[in-house]
Amino acid sequence: MEIGIGHYLTVAACLFTLGMLGIFLNRKNVIIILMSIELMLLAVNINLVAFSYFLGDIVGQVFTLFNLTVAAAEAAIGLAIVVVYFRNRGSIAVEDINMMKG
Amino acid sequence: MIYSAIVFLPGLGSLIVGLFGRALGVKASEFITTGFLIISCILSWIVFFRVGFAHETAHVAIQRWITSGELDISWALRVDTLTSVMFIVVTTVSSLVHVYSMGYMSEDPSRPRFFSYLSGFTFAMLMLVTSDNLVQLFFGWEGVGLFSYLLIGFWYQKPEANAAAIKAFVVNRVGDFGFALGIFGVFAIFRTVSFDQIFAAAPGVAGQSFMFLGHEVDILTTLCLLLFMGAMGKSAQFLLHTWLPDAMEGPTPVSALIHAATMVTAGVFMVARLSPLFDLAPDALAFVTLVGSFTAFFAATIAVVQNDIKRVIAYSTCSQLGYMFAACGIGAFSMGIFHLTCHAFFKSLLFLCAGSVKHAMHEEQDMRKMGGLAPKMRITWLMMIAGGLALSGFGIPHIGGFAGFYSKDAIIEASYAAGTPGQYAFWFLLIGAFLTAAYTWRLILMTFHGKPRMSDEAYAHVHESPPTMYVPLLILGLGAAFAGAIGIHTFIGEGANAFWAGAVVQKTEVELYHAMHHELPEWVHWSTFTAMAIGTFLPFLYYKLVPSLPAITAKVFYPIYAFLLNKWYIDELYDFIFVRPCFWIANFLWKVGDIGIINGLIDGTAATVYRITGRAVRLQTGYIYTYAFTMLVGLAILVTYFMFMGAR
Amino acid sequence: MALTAGFFYLFSVLAVVAGVMVIVARNPVHAVLFLILAFFNAAGLFILLGAEFLAMLLVIVYVGAVAVLFLFVVMMLDVDFAELKAGFIKNAPIGLLVGGIVLGELILLFVGRGFGLGVEHSGTVGQIAAEGVSNTQALGQVLYTRYVFFFEVAGLILLVAMIGAIVLTLEHRVGVRRQSIAAQVARRPHQAVEVVKVASGESIVPASDRQS
Repeated sequence: MEIGIGHYLTVAACLFTLGMLGIFLNRKNVIIILMSIELMLLAVNINLVAFSYFLGDIVGQVFTLFNLTVAAAEAAIGLAIVVVYFRNRGSIAVEDINMMKG
Repeated sequence: MIYSAIVFLPGLGSLIVGLFGRALGVKASEFITTGFLIISCILSWIVFFRVGFAHETAHVAIQRWITSGELDISWALRVDTLTSVMFIVVTTVSSLVHVYSMGYMSEDPSRPRFFSYLSGFTFAMLMLVTSDNLVQLFFGWEGVGLFSYLLIGFWYQKPEANAAAIKAFVVNRVGDFGFALGIFGVFAIFRTVSFDQIFAAAPGVAGQSFMFLGHEVDILTTLCLLLFMGAMGKSAQFLLHTWLPDAMEGPTPVSALIHAATMVTAGVFMVARLSPLFDLAPDALAFVTLVGSFTAFFAATIAVVQNDIKRVIAYSTCSQLGYMFAACGIGAFSMGIFHLTCHAFFKSLLFLCAGSVKHAMHEEQDMRKMGGLAPKMRITWLMMIAGGLALSGFGIPHIGGFAGFYSKDAIIEASYAAGTPGQYAFWFLLIGAFLTAAYTWRLILMTFHGKPRMSDEAYAHVHESPPTMYVPLLILGLGAAFAGAIGIHTFIGEGANAFWAGAVVQKTEVELYHAMHHELPEWVHWSTFTAMAIGTFLPFLYYKLVPSLPAITAKVFYPIYAFLLNKWYIDELYDFIFVRPCFWIANFLWKVGDIGIINGLIDGTAATVYRITGRAVRLQTGYIYTYAFTMLVGLAILVTYFMFMGAR
Repeated sequence: MALTAGFFYLFSVLAVVAGVMVIVARNPVHAVLFLILAFFNAAGLFILLGAEFLAMLLVIVYVGAVAVLFLFVVMMLDVDFAELKAGFIKNAPIGLLVGGIVLGELILLFVGRGFGLGVEHSGTVGQIAAEGVSNTQALGQVLYTRYVFFFEVAGLILLVAMIGAIVLTLEHRVGVRRQSIAAQVARRPHQAVEVVKVASGESIVPASDRQS
């Protein structure tokens, strides 16, 4: 059967939802959260490339390129923060990170 | 000019001493106020002879006060015979009281304040008697009420004095409420508050009626009754009398000035001043007679059993005021004023003598602890007897006697001539006369005669008062003895018409006078003498001849004795009906209304804000996943909304 | 076409399953590895969509750098396995419900509307197929001309990220003696050598120890 844009979008939607669920269903450690964010970004990229293909416009892929860049940068900084946090607090369990409690 | 001087000199003295008393020093304060007052007194006597006999009435406009539409009130001095009579009464008694106070209050630390208040009071009273319109009268009325409050509560460190001052003010206020309503009514009907215009318009209104509180009532009767309510309060008539005995907490000169001669007579003055109005409202006059005669009787019954020397004299004042109102009620206004004048002299004399006794007894007021003072205080004793003779109306019919004999007996005989239903007024007044003599002599005997009922060292301290205190007594004694004889034919009777010259309504009085001297049964003339004689004899029996009689009588007639001793339980009645509910309402409004509701609203709002924020804060858990979850839920809601509503 | 469809389903199923495992895995190292698997499958999807440059980029950068970075950090941090209980607590049912609702709506949207981009468009791969130009070349043609500013900015972002990471995590160990080459090279003779006149037979006390 023909694979239309809907299929690709569906896959992307699934991955995005999984990423979201990963953020707030996880209680293990913070790194899982960062990985969930990567999953969401991946879903967005799939979306962009699918549209690029089906609309015949290269802009989508250019955007994906930049998205990749930013995702990498953000992952680096995020991990650096996690490291520093671990150094100071000694734990990266999500339950322990509630210093911003009102 | 001279009229303004009479009225404003005391006011000026009061102001100067009131503001600068501390800087001026005590002696200067005393001399300034007393000096001004003596000048005012001399001028008053000059005016009295001018107005009364040379008939030079005057009207001095001072200043416009309120002009608003139809309402036009000005400060003006109206000087006619009535005014001049009041002038001499007020200024004479006031200046004598000032002189007396220099001696009586010599040990008091706040003398400048006292003299300032005394002069201020005199000023307010003079404004009252020279008033040209009802509002100025009310100003003077309130002014004397204010100074009475200040003077009764002069020793403000004493809680009883404060309570008495408040009681005086509040009870007066009840009367003033009626008075104010009366003034409003007068303005509503006559569209003016000036006396001349009211008196001119009154005959046109007589017999008409208007709507008041939903009922059709006669205009003049209603207005006069309302105005009389004020007089009842100010002159301590029955039902609004409760403040007068308690007012004895003030210094004795205050009692002499205010509660004998001047303030309490303001009510009588007001009725006399408004005599043209009252003359056209016979129902109101009947009420006045009823209240007056009953008060005369009622107060005398209480005075007979009191043990405090000043209270006896206070109830006596109340009773004598009843006589004055009874006189006005039967239409003999000039007789009422005549009795006012005589009464001023002998009642203030009695008060000042009582003060002299108190001074000697080191502030002891209970007569049961006195006795045998006569040998040590000759002048006071003799003056007290003079005052007592005047008050009890000692004299022999057709021959002569002391002041009270002329004025009081005139009223009693006139009441018979006037013919009230069942002669109730006559009998009340007559029995009152008997009781008057009784309590007077009881007072004199218990205080000055018999064996001393105090400790020996207290008796050793008893001494006569200094000259500043006994000279006023002598002057007043002269007045008490001779004022009646001198004044009787000037004030009442045929020669009086020229004297009064329309200041008070004379026509009924003339009729009564004629009836008194030509139509009265002989026994009426002798009845007053008899009442006075029995009343004089009984105390001698009780206190000199058979000393055990008072105790036995009290025991046998105990219910009556207790009833009278407790002032007919009226204070207790008022406490039950008015004071307690008032306090209960105030408490309620305070605890439930103010603290509960109003504070509760404010505090409740604050507390609610606290509670809500306390709960709202729990949204900030500090966990990222909570925030992310919230975002997800928000997203879901938005997407659902737009999917089904259709994004535009 | 059937082959395309088959590969598509293979790649997408694997990707989704890998994604689930990322979340669910107990061991964080396993989670990272499943993430890598998901990336690979996404790269496969990219190739199906004719974006082979991007697919390779995904593999080299994302997998090679980012995921490896994740591994480094996971292994560096002392994560205690014993503590890691089953992470799903009371929120799980509601979370799953809401997530499921969102997913359902998204799918409804995409499949239902399809954006009018049906099968007809597949095949028109835009500039790429028409000009017989490879994906890399096509990207290059656009990137350095029309989007050069974004390109520069992307570079700056990477620079900032690098500096940021260093700033955050660099710490000077206390008590470690390091060589400062510049200081060593800049030393002058008068700092190193001190000439002292010594009388014979006496001891030398260095200037630094001398108490005067």
